[in-house]
Order: sequence, then C-alpha cells, then structure tokens
Amino acid sequence: MIPTSYYLALSVILFAIGVAGVLLRRNAIILFMAIELMLNSANLVFVAYSRQFGALDGQILVFFVMTVAAAEVAVGLALIVTIFRSKASIDVDDISMLKG
Amino acid sequence: MLPNIPELVIFLVLAVIAVAAALGMLASSNAIYSALFLVVNFGVVATFYLLLGAPFIAMAQVTVYAGAIMVLFLFVIMLLGAEKMKQTSHNLLWQKPLSIVLIVLLLSISFYVVLGQGVSVGSDLMQNASGYGSPSAIGTLLFQKYLFPFEATSILLLAAMVGAVVLTGVRRQRRRIRKSRRL
Amino acid sequence: MFELVPFILLFPVLGLLTNLVFGRYLGERFVGIIASGAVAASFIVSVIQVFALVNNNFHVETVLVADWITIGKMYLPWQIRVDTLSVTMMVLVTGVGTLIHIYAVGYMHGDKRFARFFVYLNLFVVMMLVLVAADNYLMLFVGWEGVGICSYLLIGFWYDKGDDNLGNARAGRKAFVVNRIGDFGFLIAMFMIFGAVGSLQFDAVLYYFENHGMEVGQLATTITLLLLVGAAGKSAQIPLFVWLPDAMAGPTPVSALIHAATMVTAGIYMMVRSAPIYAIAPSSQMTVALLGAGTALMAGTIALAQWDIKRVLAYSTISQLGFMVAAVGLGAHVAAMFHLITHAFFKALLFLSAGSVIHGVEHGAHKSDDHCDPQDMRNMGGLKDKMKITFGVYVVGAIALAGIFPLSGFWSKDEILADAWHVGMVEGHWHGMTVYILLALAAVITAFYMTRQIILVFFGSSRSAAANHAAENPPTMTVPLIGLAILSIVGGGINLPWSHTLGSWLEHTHHFFHGIDFNLTVALTSTALAVASIFVGFIVYYRRPLESSTAPDPLMSVLGPSLKFFYNKWYIDELYGTTFVRLYEWKARFLAFKVDRDFWHDFVHNQIILKSFKNVSGTLSGPVDRLGINKFFDGLAYSVHNIAVKVLRPVQTGYVRNYALGVMLGVVMVLGIMLIR
Repeated sequence: MIPTSYYLALSVILFAIGVAGVLLRRNAIILFMAIELMLNSANLVFVAYSRQFGALDGQILVFFVMTVAAAEVAVGLALIVTIFRSKASIDVDDISMLKG
Repeated sequence: MLPNIPELVIFLVLAVIAVAAALGMLASSNAIYSALFLVVNFGVVATFYLLLGAPFIAMAQVTVYAGAIMVLFLFVIMLLGAEKMKQTSHNLLWQKPLSIVLIVLLLSISFYVVLGQGVSVGSDLMQNASGYGSPSAIGTLLFQKYLFPFEATSILLLAAMVGAVVLTGVRRQRRRIRKSRRL
Repeated sequence: MFELVPFILLFPVLGLLTNLVFGRYLGERFVGIIASGAVAASFIVSVIQVFALVNNNFHVETVLVADWITIGKMYLPWQIRVDTLSVTMMVLVTGVGTLIHIYAVGYMHGDKRFARFFVYLNLFVVMMLVLVAADNYLMLFVGWEGVGICSYLLIGFWYDKGDDNLGNARAGRKAFVVNRIGDFGFLIAMFMIFGAVGSLQFDAVLYYFENHGMEVGQLATTITLLLLVGAAGKSAQIPLFVWLPDAMAGPTPVSALIHAATMVTAGIYMMVRSAPIYAIAPSSQMTVALLGAGTALMAGTIALAQWDIKRVLAYSTISQLGFMVAAVGLGAHVAAMFHLITHAFFKALLFLSAGSVIHGVEHGAHKSDDHCDPQDMRNMGGLKDKMKITFGVYVVGAIALAGIFPLSGFWSKDEILADAWHVGMVEGHWHGMTVYILLALAAVITAFYMTRQIILVFFGSSRSAAANHAAENPPTMTVPLIGLAILSIVGGGINLPWSHTLGSWLEHTHHFFHGIDFNLTVALTSTALAVASIFVGFIVYYRRPLESSTAPDPLMSVLGPSLKFFYNKWYIDELYGTTFVRLYEWKARFLAFKVDRDFWHDFVHNQIILKSFKNVSGTLSGPVDRLGINKFFDGLAYSVHNIAVKVLRPVQTGYVRNYALGVMLGVVMVLGIMLIR
C-alpha cells in the first residue's frame, strides 16, 4: 500500500504547477487548464483520504467537484469566446481596462 | 510500514509521468500541446484513482475530464485559431520572480506539513472491504445522503448551459436591437 | 319636551353652516328660506318650551348638553337652563328674529354678500340663545362675547362704505373696543363671584347671595357695580353708550335685531338674572337706577336734535334701555322685562320701517338720479302718500314708543313710572322720586322727537327728488312690518295691570319678581304729558314745515345753543376723544416709537443682541470655522486624496494575473501564520 502522504506530496506538486500556470502564462485557455489541474490535485487528495478513512463521502465530493468544474469550463470558455470576438485576442493582459 | 517495492515503483513511475505532463502543459507554447499534455495528466490521475480503490471516480475522470472537458478545450482553441499567442509588449516586471518565490514558499510549507511532523498521515491504513467505491455504493450514497446537493448540481449545470448560450449568442441579440431601432 | 331644548341652538347652527358652505350656490331665495326657516324652527321649539314649563308646574329644568371645564371643584358644563325668564327671552329672540330675517331677505336683495349676511345673522341668533339659555355665568359670557363679535361683523358688514371708505369699519371697531371695557368689568365680577362662591352656576351663586345676606354686602356691592359696568357696555348706558349710534352703520335689519331688540337688552337680562345679588346691595341698586334714568334723559335730548333717521332711533333706543336699567335698579324686574319685550316689538318695528323708508328713498334716488343722503330726514318729507303701509306702521310704532293708551308702550312704560313713584312716594326714598322725574321728562321728550320725526319724514312736501320718487317696498318687507305693528299694539296684553300675566310667570324664576298695581295718577300724568308733547311737536313742525333740505331746525329759535349742544351729543365723543383716546394714542405712540422702536429695537435688539451676536458669529465663522475646522477637514480630504492617488491607485493594475498573485500572496501568508502558531 502506498502511504497517503505520497499522494499528498504528488498533489502538492501538481497544485504548485497549476499555480505557476495561472501566475505565469498569459494565454487564457492555458490559464483555465491550469485551474483544472489544481482542481484535479485537490480531487486526488480527497480520494486519498477517502481511502485512508474508509469513507465514501470523499469520492462523492470529487464527483461534485467534477460537475462544478464542467459548469465552470462551459461558462469560462463561453466568456473567452465572447472576449475574443470583441478583442480578437485571448491574452489576459489585453483585458486590463478596469484599472485605477 | 513501508510499501512493497513493485507497488512503489509503479507509483513513482506514474507520478513522474504526471508531473512531467503537468510541466509540459505549463511550458509548451502551443495551446494544443498543452491540452494534450493535460489529457495525459488526467489519465494518470485516473489510474491513481483506480489504485486508491475508486473505480467509479476513475471512470468519471476519464469520460468527463479527459474526454468531454478536454474536447471542449480543444474545440475552442481550434475554433478561435488561438494555438499560439502573439508576442505582446506587456511586461509585468516583478510578476515572474515574485510568482516563483511564492510557489517555492508554498511548496516548502506544504512539504513541511505533509512529510514532516505536522500531520501524521498514512500511519493507519486499512484494507477496505470489497465493493468499496463501486458504482452501486456511490449511487446509494449519492441518491440517499447527498440527494439534495445532487439535485442542486442539476440546476447549476442548467444555469451554466443557459449562461453559455446567452454569452455566445450575442450576435442574434444585436440583430434584434438593430431591428427594433429600424422600427 | 325639555330634551328638545338643544334644537333651539341646533337649528340656527345648521342654517348658518348650510349657508356658509353652500350659500354662494343656492341663490337668494334659498339662502333666505334656510336662514329664516332655521330661526322659525327655533321659535317653534321655544314655544314648545313654554308649554313644557307649564306642564312642569313652572319648575326650572336644566338640560346638560356636554361637559366643558372640570378643574378641581370648578365644574362648568354646557348646560341649558329652562326657566320662565330664559324661555321668555328665547321666545322673544327667535320670534322677533324670524320676522327680521324675513324682512332682511327683501332688504338685502341684490347685495353681493347676501349669503354671508345671513350666516352672520344666524350666528348672532345662536350666540344670543347661548346667552339667554346659559346656566352659568361663563356660558353666558360666551354668548355675550359671541353676540359682541356678531355685532362687530355686522356693523362693519359694508366695511368699504362710510367716511373715507373706512367709516363703517371704524364704527365696528369703536363698538368692539367700547364693549371690551364693559366686558372687563363683567370678567372681574365673574372672578370675584367664583372667588367667593367657588362656582359660576346660577343656582349656586344666587343661593349663596340670598342666604349669606348682609355678611357679604360689601362684596355684593363691588360685584354688582362691576356687573353694571358690563351691562353699561352691552346695553349702551352712560358712560359707554357712544358706540350704539355709530353702530347704525350696519344694515337696518341688523340695527333692528341686534342694536334695538335683542343684543342690547343682554345687559338688562344679565342684571335681572343677577337680581338676588343686587337685592342685598342697595347702594348699587340706587346707582343703577340713577344711571339708567340719567341715560334715558340724556339720550332723549340728543335724539331731539338729530337729522339722521336711524340716529334718532338709536338714541331713542339708548333712552329706552335707560328706562329698563332704571327699572332694574328700582327692583322692578318685571317692569324691566315687560318694557324689554314691548320695546323689542315697537323698536324693531320702527327700525324696520325706517329701513323701509331708506330703501324707498334709495329707490327714488336711483330713479331720479339724485344721490343725496337717503338717511337724512331733511331730504325726505311727504312720504305718507307714497309709502302708505310704511307710514301706517311707523305711526303705530311711534305712538307705542310715545306711550299712548292703549298701545304696548303705554303699559310697560307706565309700570316703570309707577314703580319709581312707588319707591319715591310710598317707600320714601329720595332716589325714587328723582328717577321718576327724570324718566317722566324723558318720556315727554320721547313723544316730542317721535312727533318731529314723523312730521319731517312723512308730512309736508318732498324736499328732494329722491323723496319725490320714493315707492313702497315688496311684501317680504311690509308683511313683517305689519306683524310687528300688531305685536306693538297688542303686546301690552301680556302684562295688563289687572292680570299681571308676565309678573306671575316670572315669579317662578325669582320669588321676589312681581308686578306693581296700576297707578291711575301716574298713568294719567304721563299720558297727559305725552299728548301735550305731541301737540307741541305738531305746532312746531307741522304748522311751519321745513322749507328745504338746508333749512335750520325750527326748534333752534326756541332752544338756541343748547340744541347745538344736543346735536353734538353733549360733546361726549369729543370729551372721550381728548381724554381717553388722545391719552391712549399718546401712550401707544410712546410705546411704539420710544419704547419699542428706540429702546427695544434700536438699542436692545440692534445694539446689544444683534451686535454681540454678529461678533460671536463673526468669531465663529472666521477664525474658528474657516481657519480651524475648515482647514482641518480640507487637510483630511487632501490626505485621503493623496493616499488614493499615490498608494491605492497603482495597485489596481487591471491585470488578472496581478490579482491572482495577490491571492497567492494571501494564501502563502495564511499558511505561514498557521504553521507558526
């Protein structure tokens, strides 16, 4: 049996890579993918703990997270399409009109 | 209690593949490649789910994430023709260094907690009963204890669907406005 | 039956409210019907009260309408008192009032404030009824002031006419101010009564004074003299009679109703009501009697010399009120009330007939375009053929007033004279004889000036084109005249010397009210004097009629300067003008210019208060506000502005990744803190 801590370590690394994607990339679509990566790392933790404590609730939560992620992606991509139509760009740095 | 060697090897190999795929997604300049790297990553994670005794979640991961969501991503990328970014002159000077510092800090804190003396994890693993995590077990729990949240998600998905349709259906609206102005 | 009593007040109230709200839309006919009908309805209820009293064995009955003032032991309700005295007054007020209302419909025809006139008139009736129906002095006072204000409103009804277009308004003001003096006396008397008795209810007050007799004689004298001041104001006695002649500025129905028949008798009524207090204050009684007799004679002499048809009647009214006051002073309350009633009949008749004459002459003035004074008797003459009905009733009124057998005036005036004779000769009081002589002289003069008036107005030839074209008036005016004429003829029947109907009727209110036996000597003397006086009047005026409207009075050759003295009303107005009025004007000017303007305004207000306030506010606004508070808040605002521009603004870069970095920073910091703790 692989100890839960190993999975936790792996999910930490994946999460950090996701954070790096959000902070460093300018492509809005890749930004979204990074977010999906972070959600995935969180899911991994849920499932790992679910196994450790023998409670299925963790898996159920993963199921819900997936649903939310699906909804989020649908709306997010719709937003990106809309923005692209008006700006002809998916660079998040181009969307900076709302500033002081 | 240490894991047996073959299990550990499989885990390490898969972990390396997952991290490598993630890094690939992060680094590749072409969005198509990023998406494909992410598919790989999701697949590996699905395997982890199988190893962790969650076959239903693993299947959902493959179909929903690696399948539906990533196809949507690819579809949008191709629709917009935005595989590659134009080089723009925006330069947030201290964004990159500060980000790296913060990520390192996050990593170190997390590792300190996960692997160090912070929380004792993985000390009392138990062998779960057969049928644990099976679709029927998940289904029973989902439609009994979590019935209300489950129904709420349907509304959430409906809202997302409507939102997506409204957001992307702008052109038709404009036409309608123009028509009403002509009248 | 008694519970109907509030309706006496209610009907005119309804009438006045209706006319007040809808008057301008109803038209003259309906306004007149409503106003007259309301008073007529009150009259019917009043008559019902007479029968109610008879059925009740003449016992007094009080009807509580509402509570009014209850403070400690002071209890003053709105309570109506039904006894023989108040019912007599109610019947009189509403009866004469009805006739005068009907007359006024014709008289006021075409006036632009027709409805308002009837609102006032109905309000007057209400207030007069409150006055006579009152069960306590304060309620009486409410009515007293109410009729006062109505009198003021109606004297000034044509406020835009008269001298300088202000004369009528001034007359109203004069009446109001002079009445105020009387009210002052009445008020003080009321305070003293309450102080002594602890109540203002008639029963309690009169019981107290009847049973404490001589112990409170001093107090009773003071109170009664103060009440006399009030009565002198309202009933136009010396020295407060000056307002009544000026009050003739009002429309003639008003002169008839308010300033002859009803309101001016309020003083008499109040004194009769307070009779038990007067009974234990003989010196007051004597004062009252002499004052009344003096007024009777003095006003008579003034009436001799007046040219204005209504002024003659006004002074005649003062004179007759003097008769009544004298009667009250002599303790002849029945005679006073009797004369009050008959006088109401024939004086209302005379005033209304005079109004008819004026109306006729005005009509002639319109026709002939001769705009002379329609009230000046020098512009009249020869009206007897042109206004037959008016002439007939006028003569009836004049004979009644002169006291010729068997008209009503004869009986009532004779009873007063008989009372005076009785007090003087039988009881042997000197003032009784004095009063008798004064009143007998006044009666002689009365007969004379009435003869003079009738001859000047109706006989001879017309002395102006207006009089030449005068014409008789419509039936709304003449029918009430005929009604009043009949009352003037037979009115004496209510208290004939051998039946004493009124005396025994009033006896149920106060046990010592009683009539006096017929005195043949007095009656013969006065009748003889009156006839002689009329005869002399005929000699003076009929045999040598006035040549033109500017000719002097034939009496001038007989009386000379004293007639001028009478014509100028004994210079009383001038006397008051130089003493009281000028003193008050000087005081008012001193208060206005010296005290108010120079001292209070210029010195206290401007110099002290205003200047110091300016200094304080200058300090507050200058150094304190502008340099201190304002600077501080300006600085505060600037620093907020600076922080926003220099610190907060750059943070809002607009880059999503920046904001995400901020979130990340927060996450790491929270994690770090959790770890450290």
